[in-house]
Amino acid sequence: MKKSLGLALTLAAVVAAGAAPWLTPHDPLRADFAQSLKPPGTPGHPLGTDQLGRDVLARVLHGARLALFIGVCTVLVTAVVGGGLGLVAGFVERWPSAVLMRIADVQLSFPFILLALTINAIVGLGLRNIILSLSAAGWVVYARVVRGEVLSVKQRDFVHAAAALGVGRVRLLVRHVLPNVAPSIIVVASLQFSQFIVAEAAISFLGFGIQPPTPAWGSMLSESRDFLYVAWWLGAFPGLALALTALGVNLLGDWLRDTLDPKLRV
Amino acid sequence: MRRYVVSRLGQSALVVLLSLTAVFGMVRLGGDPVLLFLPMDIQAKDVDEFRERLGFNDPLLVQYGRFMAGALRGDFGESLRYRRDALGLVLERLPATLLLAGSAVVLTLVVAVPLGVLTAVRRDTAVDHLGTLAAVLGQATPGFWLGLMLIYVFAVQLRWLPTGGMGTPEHLVMPSVVLAAFFAARVTRLTRSAMLDVLNEEFITTARAKGLGEGRVVGKHTLRNAAIPIVTLAGLEAGQLLGGAVITETIFAWPGLGRLTVQALLNRDFPVVMAAVSFTSVVYTLLNLAVDLTYGWLDPRVRVRA
Repeated sequence: MKKSLGLALTLAAVVAAGAAPWLTPHDPLRADFAQSLKPPGTPGHPLGTDQLGRDVLARVLHGARLALFIGVCTVLVTAVVGGGLGLVAGFVERWPSAVLMRIADVQLSFPFILLALTINAIVGLGLRNIILSLSAAGWVVYARVVRGEVLSVKQRDFVHAAAALGVGRVRLLVRHVLPNVAPSIIVVASLQFSQFIVAEAAISFLGFGIQPPTPAWGSMLSESRDFLYVAWWLGAFPGLALALTALGVNLLGDWLRDTLDPKLRV
Repeated sequence: MRRYVVSRLGQSALVVLLSLTAVFGMVRLGGDPVLLFLPMDIQAKDVDEFRERLGFNDPLLVQYGRFMAGALRGDFGESLRYRRDALGLVLERLPATLLLAGSAVVLTLVVAVPLGVLTAVRRDTAVDHLGTLAAVLGQATPGFWLGLMLIYVFAVQLRWLPTGGMGTPEHLVMPSVVLAAFFAARVTRLTRSAMLDVLNEEFITTARAKGLGEGRVVGKHTLRNAAIPIVTLAGLEAGQLLGGAVITETIFAWPGLGRLTVQALLNRDFPVVMAAVSFTSVVYTLLNLAVDLTYGWLDPRVRVRA
């Protein structure tokens, strides 16, 4: 149930993102004032149009592109940076480990969304900066999980055996420790992914991050507030798309965790 | 216990110092801080004068020392917009946020804990599946979207509740539901898994074997033992309410700390931003400390490990 629903929803989001230009004939940016604020079910506009007459379906589909792109980039950056630092800190211990743990304590003393929002407001708007802000606020989770895993993996017999056979430290880390830590990295990635896309939408909703007219779900929701009295569909559909995507990835992450790593179960 | 308390207190003090350092560092990320600290409509000729007066010409280390000395005394400077003490503005907004967060916590305890217990006791029945589905949905639904949809249904269509603001009990309903939704979903799942862990213990089988009623088995023997992980994790998660308040307060025009932070960011009123972010971080750290100490008091194994 978790697996099939999670897979179905995630796949739907991926297809929407990949095939957006072919799934709808409309340009998400082209305004057509004669067609403004048409309700869902209008011929040619199944999900209606917004205040500028832009097709809502086209904007939601193109929004999936942006959301998944931001999610994937952020997860990659945080996995490489956070995972890499966690790997080294867990392996070397001593001061790198202590320093990393203090940085983690400090970062975890700010609520995630507040940290990402503040960094974004300072470094500026746009696609690159939102990925940067989310990564800066989110890498620490990997670092902690990976460090903890490495600490336990390197006590295992096969690592001692490899070390006794004269395997070098770098090779030991990359060939023997990393593959055993990889499942945790994958599980954390899938659970972080939905947090990142929801946070991106929240930040864009608050007026930072991705700006209109770019079809991002968060900025669409932000624009829809002014038309809540006359056009419910402007907010309903981008939000639904966001919620379903987050739900799908969450379910998939839960399933992955149960399958790959029962220890992480909360 | 004494050693544990002292070491945790020391750790927290260090985290507060480092967090203030991080706030100072964050504001320097954007390059020239003068652009963040001056009003938008400033004349070019005045910029240099301000730079000198705000001390941005001094070496970075001197500026850092000055910031830390001020911050530890609660002095973050004056708001650029309101021309008033920045921390004073933050503290003024605190009661509204506490009221909102408090209602969300109460709502969560009233709904989520019984739901978690019910789904655990009726494991693998329709009740369990429905309850778990509700929790999973609650976790995935973005708060700001839920807020907008509630406003549309209950304020625009039905006209039962006000769209935003603060004052009457009706104003509190939608913001606290939205803020509680994600938290309640987490707590439901935590309660369910903590209950399931305890229900598998042998002393539960013993309790049943000696003929205790199911009510006593669940209420007294199971829930009490499951309470420790629930309280700990819920306490740690409660800090995230401060983050959630940033969004919820903005949607419902709730005059709290979160809305103040967003407005200060939008107005580029950086003394207020620094005061609000630092204050939130300190509260968050103290909350974590309180949870850890409670846990250490409840469970002796924790003190030994630390």
